[in-house]
Amino acid sequence: MSAPTKETVIERLFTLAATRFNKERDTLNASDDLFDALEIDSMQALSLLTALEETFNVEIPDYEVQDVRTFDELADVVASRL
Amino acid sequence: MLTRDIDDGILTVTLDGGAFNEIGLPMLRALEGVVGDLTRDDVRALVIQSANEGGFSAGADLRELHASLTSVDGAPSELLDHALGLFDSPRTAARSGVSALRNAIRRRDVRPMNTAKVWGVRAFLDRVHRVFDAIDAAPIPTIAAVHGVCFGGGFELALTCDIIVADKTARFAFPELRLGLIPGFGGIPRLERDLGNGVVRDILLSGRSVSAKRAHEVGLISQLVGEGHAGKVAKRLAQQTTRFDAHTLSVAKRFAKPIPLERLAAEKDQFCELLVRPTVVEALTRFVESKDAMPYLPGARAKRARTTPS
Repeated sequence: MSAPTKETVIERLFTLAATRFNKERDTLNASDDLFDALEIDSMQALSLLTALEETFNVEIPDYEVQDVRTFDELADVVASRL
Repeated sequence: MLTRDIDDGILTVTLDGGAFNEIGLPMLRALEGVVGDLTRDDVRALVIQSANEGGFSAGADLRELHASLTSVDGAPSELLDHALGLFDSPRTAARSGVSALRNAIRRRDVRPMNTAKVWGVRAFLDRVHRVFDAIDAAPIPTIAAVHGVCFGGGFELALTCDIIVADKTARFAFPELRLGLIPGFGGIPRLERDLGNGVVRDILLSGRSVSAKRAHEVGLISQLVGEGHAGKVAKRLAQQTTRFDAHTLSVAKRFAKPIPLERLAAEKDQFCELLVRPTVVEALTRFVESKDAMPYLPGARAKRARTTPS
């Protein structure tokens, strides 16, 4: 089975983040600052990381997302692990 | 800081102090109060859990450590008082050479001051090690029920237990290298007792947090459970152990779980040597001045980048 495309990763990322942090899925954009869009702090970001690892069945070291700011950048990190 | 409850032979210690169950003097004193319970006749097993929503424990109280190293600069007598306050009794302080420090202060000799700062922290570390060693060597089965953040000293506390049960939100890390330090509460010897050294080096040298799933795969966690179930599962496991003969349990535990005393002492020495380096105070100052509760977590750095003018 081939790895999901980055677009698929972003779509699943939006769904996951919107559900987890009670946001409207359609209001999220790839270029959005995810901390602002989701209104999350670093503790919640850590829980998002755990959820991403579970959803995509990958391991994402937190140093790889240390400087991530947008959904697009986060999707790149996830996609690189698939 | 914590509650203790004995029910049906199981001592449940629930950490409940501060924002993230940081281990500073108040938590240490509370944990020291647990040690006597470990050898009570009516206690057959121990479960350590956390009431904190964020997790088990974020580790040592870095604000307190920062204060130990900086707030008494230029005030030797305050430093002496501060250092004395870290010992559990005047006799222990005397054995550790308080009079030598007092004489140095009288002579207005500032050279021992740096040594004295470390000496005060070392006194604190010695007390932490006594408590952690007591839990590690307790004659009863001990279980850590972990959720959420289990970092640094909190991770080291969990590692003193015979078995770690964690829910899927748990994350484990040694972020100490970000501060120019290594773990100081016995984390490295206890982690290397349980895991292959390649995994130990990955966790230690990267400073990254590993998920409960990964921790389960490498053998750090014995039982991985659903969110919010670690405490219940740990108690059922504790209950199971109480079905066996207490003496046989203690023999089995001693046989399966040697205490790495030499490595524990060596780690403490290395920690104290690193402590005098300016890098540590600089990193601790950045930590203390940060508005983020845990500035080394994902997001905190990106947030700083957004708010810092280029």
